[in-house]
Amino acid sequence: MTFFLVASIIKILVVFTVIMVGVALLTLAERRICAFMQDRLGPNRVGPQGLFQPAADGLKNLVKEETLPAEADKVLFMLAPAMSFVPALLTFAVIPFAAPLPTPWGVVDMVVANLPVGFLYILAFGSLGVYGIVLAGWSSNNKYSLLGGLRASAQMISYEIALGMSTVAVLLLAGNVTLTEVVAKQSQSLVTWNVFPLSLACFIFIVAAFAETNRLPFDLPEAESELIAGYHTEYSAMKFSMFYIAEYANMVTASALMATFFFGGYDIPFTHWDNVPPWTIAKTVATLVTFTLKVSFFLFLFIWVRWTLPRFRYDQLMALGWKVMLPLALSYVSVVATAVWFFHDRLGWAYDTRFALALFGVNVLLALPLFFVLDRGHIVSGSVAEERV
Amino acid sequence: MAIGVKTMKRPGARASYVRAALQGMSLTLQHIFRPKVTMQYPEEKSTADWALAPRWRGTHRMLTDEQGRAKCVACGLCPQICPANCIKLVPGEDEQGNRYPLIYEIDEFRCVFCGYCQEVCPEEAIHVGVHYENSEFSRDRFVYDLERLCAQTHPVSSLWDPSDPKGE
Repeated sequence: MTFFLVASIIKILVVFTVIMVGVALLTLAERRICAFMQDRLGPNRVGPQGLFQPAADGLKNLVKEETLPAEADKVLFMLAPAMSFVPALLTFAVIPFAAPLPTPWGVVDMVVANLPVGFLYILAFGSLGVYGIVLAGWSSNNKYSLLGGLRASAQMISYEIALGMSTVAVLLLAGNVTLTEVVAKQSQSLVTWNVFPLSLACFIFIVAAFAETNRLPFDLPEAESELIAGYHTEYSAMKFSMFYIAEYANMVTASALMATFFFGGYDIPFTHWDNVPPWTIAKTVATLVTFTLKVSFFLFLFIWVRWTLPRFRYDQLMALGWKVMLPLALSYVSVVATAVWFFHDRLGWAYDTRFALALFGVNVLLALPLFFVLDRGHIVSGSVAEERV
Repeated sequence: MAIGVKTMKRPGARASYVRAALQGMSLTLQHIFRPKVTMQYPEEKSTADWALAPRWRGTHRMLTDEQGRAKCVACGLCPQICPANCIKLVPGEDEQGNRYPLIYEIDEFRCVFCGYCQEVCPEEAIHVGVHYENSEFSRDRFVYDLERLCAQTHPVSSLWDPSDPKGE
């Protein structure tokens, strides 16, 4: 019991520190990569390659004046940044980030809380994040903030469903809601990474995750051209900074979820050495590096997409969420369920490479017409239908 | 579609969302590896754009004679003509009856860099210079005294000459 407590406290401290440092570096990475994409250099003055820029920004935000609008709801106004910040960090608690670590006192799971219901925990806390934004928008007593908060709630509720539905397919394959089991199931070979047998679910999940984290092309809650800065218009100094940290912490969590659900978690591809006992420190470190690389890739994807794609119009956002993503996710769940039933119960296949390849074939068949229709904009744009009459 | 939202009519066959998005993504990715256009200003100002015109009117400079004394004879023409009233001059006189400035100060913040002081100076003592980098930590430091004006080394401005408008 004492061992469990000590190990958990150490894990909490380490994970919290790593995420906060990661978030700080991510703000720098975002600015530098965006600069590179625009043929600029970006902030490179503070420290080597601008490495201390986040520290300078943090210091600036700490010493800036905290403003409090006269008509704001003071309690909620103070509470909102924390309410958007905390769920983003809490979600990370159930994500396994490395192979178990052997210590003289026993084997430690490299996950802060190895919850048997980790999956439901993620869904629960994922939807909690919107409260911070909505409350921030409402308590500011500012019409732009309120609109931003309203948009955020509408958008996040819409895409929450598609997000949840796309992960149901993962559960069908894994047959378990514990994330360590989901990862273990994927680590048989490269093909059993869920991105292959469940390509479309991965696509839906990534799109929905972008919407959930309020990143471009789904950043309508902020939409500076229409709403100034949306829900955080009235915030200054560290409270404003908290929203930023929350956004980036959400990105880290979403990237970690993508890696865990669809890209084999901490599994090293092309080898089985890393996911069988006996556990060694070398295995833990190697899998940790693999997981970090996967997460970094998705973080880069977030930044890359943000500086490429323009923002959706509001009706396009809603059309994509309700008319495309939701029906697609629903029908996809039934297709996968049927396929799993057919392969597993009728043909009696165990879950292995053959099973995954067969499912991948089903996905390709579905993806071809889907992307053709999406590409031609028959659904999203809402304008082509009139033209065809 | 909400009421009153105008939708553009595009031919369905030419519409492209996924392909266009992927093309954009590849374009931005290529740009990451392209050479950057940023010039690292204080360290690097090598391109031709950064050469100043010889008629540039910037930080003042007081010329000196062979003995290192300011050429100024404290005639008082420059504070008289100065439209910004930024020149402070207190004249003095030595035993031989030569006039010299006891105090000569130019407030570079008040100055509008018109160059009248250089044009009006009969001794060609005070000049505006081909120079612009004069940042300081306090406002007081922008009041240049005589010693500091004499210590400037940048080239002086060749002002616009009506008889030679192209500077030939």
